[in-house]
Amino acid sequence: MTGLLVAGAHVVDPRAGLDGPHDVLVRDGEVAQLGAPGSLDAPSGVETVEGEGRHLLPAFVDPHVHLRVPGQEHKEDFATGTAAAAAGGYCAVVAMPNTDPPIDDASVLSAVREAAAREGRVRVEFLAAITRGLGGRELTEMAELRGSGALGFTDDGMPVVSAGVLRRALQYQRLCGGVIALHEEDPALSADGVIHEGEVSALLGMAGIPSISESTMIARDAALAGYEEARIHVQHLSAIESVEAVAAAKAAGVRITAEASPHHLLLTDEILRTDELHTRFKMNPPLRAERDRQALIAGLRDGTIDCVATDHAPHANHEKEVPFEEAPMGTTGLETAFAALHTDLVVPGVLDLALVVERMTAGAALFDLPTPRIAPGEPANLALVDLDAEWQAGEAGWESKAENSCFAGRTLRGRVVLTVAGGAIAHRRMEVAA
Amino acid sequence: MRHLLSIADLEREDIERILDRAASFAEVSGREIKKVPALRGRTVVNLFYEASTRTSSSFELAEKRLSADVVNVKSSGSSVEKGESLKDTVQTLSAYDPAAIVIRSPHVGAAELVARWTSASVINAGDGKHEHPTQALLDVYTLRDRLGSLDGRHVWIVGDVLHSRVARSNVLAFQRMGARVTVCGPPTLIPRGIEALGCAVAHTLDRLPEADVVYALRMQHERMREAFVPSLREYATVYQIDRARLRPEQVLMHPGPVNRGVELAADVIDSPQATISAQVEAGVVVRMAVLYELTTGSAGGAPGGPAPDAVAALPEPEPAEAAA
Repeated sequence: MTGLLVAGAHVVDPRAGLDGPHDVLVRDGEVAQLGAPGSLDAPSGVETVEGEGRHLLPAFVDPHVHLRVPGQEHKEDFATGTAAAAAGGYCAVVAMPNTDPPIDDASVLSAVREAAAREGRVRVEFLAAITRGLGGRELTEMAELRGSGALGFTDDGMPVVSAGVLRRALQYQRLCGGVIALHEEDPALSADGVIHEGEVSALLGMAGIPSISESTMIARDAALAGYEEARIHVQHLSAIESVEAVAAAKAAGVRITAEASPHHLLLTDEILRTDELHTRFKMNPPLRAERDRQALIAGLRDGTIDCVATDHAPHANHEKEVPFEEAPMGTTGLETAFAALHTDLVVPGVLDLALVVERMTAGAALFDLPTPRIAPGEPANLALVDLDAEWQAGEAGWESKAENSCFAGRTLRGRVVLTVAGGAIAHRRMEVAA
Repeated sequence: MRHLLSIADLEREDIERILDRAASFAEVSGREIKKVPALRGRTVVNLFYEASTRTSSSFELAEKRLSADVVNVKSSGSSVEKGESLKDTVQTLSAYDPAAIVIRSPHVGAAELVARWTSASVINAGDGKHEHPTQALLDVYTLRDRLGSLDGRHVWIVGDVLHSRVARSNVLAFQRMGARVTVCGPPTLIPRGIEALGCAVAHTLDRLPEADVVYALRMQHERMREAFVPSLREYATVYQIDRARLRPEQVLMHPGPVNRGVELAADVIDSPQATISAQVEAGVVVRMAVLYELTTGSAGGAPGGPAPDAVAALPEPEPAEAAA
């Protein structure tokens, strides 16, 4: 792509102080120039995209996705996972290491980094495992993994149960750097639970996952991080007690950040009572109660929760078409994140568009990636969205290989029509006029 | 009505219609030849993913008394361990064009899934710890027989409510029929949030005398290993229903099989207050009524559907085994 002129879109980039109509000219992979609407002309050979009636945002960064490579390519691969990311307006994603084999050694990491660079439509970065085989006992060769390009570390999907092991990892971080991201769950409390422990689990007779299985581990790990002056990131917050634990740790000066996913921000376990017992609503941590959801929204608003992360977790249909208790945990999220948040939080006036944009890009800095900005000289990472477009999230028809979207069947408002990632067009909907 | 998946789907009039029909089947059961031709030439599949003696034999007998051709598929272990998914199994069995599939599964919602995948009527014979609707119906039938009406009665359900699908279905069914329900058991075995079902919660038997009906649940031995209660001895000390705790006018129920000397003392099990064998008898006729309700098409909830005496008016049962 030699260049692109997005003409007259309403540009929203809170970090750049932009909230109004502009022409934006992209050349040689960078934002070259901003101007008043109608003031810029496309140089010859540069395509003009009509932006009027649309919003131009910095493209999003997702610090938590599962791309399933290596070993589970029947669920997702780099081509489909990054196509899904691009369709959702993302210019970069951070993939988790709970693959088969797990990304717990430099040779595996190097192989997936090469494959992702070759096959991905958007930038893919990786966290490596904290412990070998995600087993929770022996540390991985964290220094070598960092040297091979790991942004940081996580045993996501599994908690680091032993405080002693986590403490060693936090100490070792002084040598190797890289944020340590934590899936917080005390298995002695979550046990064989499959949904949130509360009224709905009592009604359905399903084993519950109590909120305290998450919040007590956050409190423990925040204490460890504070003691070791380490830097931790709490993944997929789901409960009010967890928001409180993160807020308390932040107030105490711990270097702790946190994320929340669109499904926890928008859905509750009530949907299991009303909308059949569909396995697309089975995820870990589970959908919780309305007061939890409200606490997550408030946390996102006041900054206790730093960013939105989808925890995009694709599964094949045959894996999800089983009884609820047997189904694997997870929902896809990349293609619906912005639209769902816009529909349920921005349109009703719960959150400002600018705040949602800020939180959907803030994951970059937390993992030491450059934050997309719409400013001259910055790499072109842009999402052009039509906020009025209504579309039906389908059971099928996704860019992702997987169809386990918790928003399937919902009418969403707001659609990404064009994504520019690293200066190249990574996604464009057919109807976008050239 | 096409399926029986949950008591929550039934209105009081549905329950009454089924139980009235069960009563007319009870009349057939009194005859020497206990068979009616209602399901002659039709197939019923019993798909049991959990060991079960009472429920499976009760369903099988009910199906045979309706003259259905019966296919029993039993499988221990999960469908995943077996390698064939529930969906594949159901689609295979559906190729036999059964009128009904009776499913017992260790997993919540399994019956609902089966209903999604087959054109047969589906009867939930127990899905995980969720529901066991035919047990609740036979219990209501037994109580109606004993008390006349459940309106205004107070039922105490005592024991391991957390792991009991019987408790969940029965709380719903008893309330639907006008009774009040209190669930009672160790705090470790009462699920958080159970009040959402509309019942009260107690942790001791102090107020048990206020009950009209005492429904004791089976106490599984494995709960001890899982540390829900320290010992069976301590459980029995606090929660066992015995002669001293049971007033003579109270009705005593139990879904069976009983752990003698644990949830019930020997002296109450065989007392005339106990309805345990009446419940077993009721199981067959209630399941006949459920099968009849679901498989005779338009019978459904239509007000003009066949009245219970339509069953009594069926031709005299034939001696020939239809399901030869």
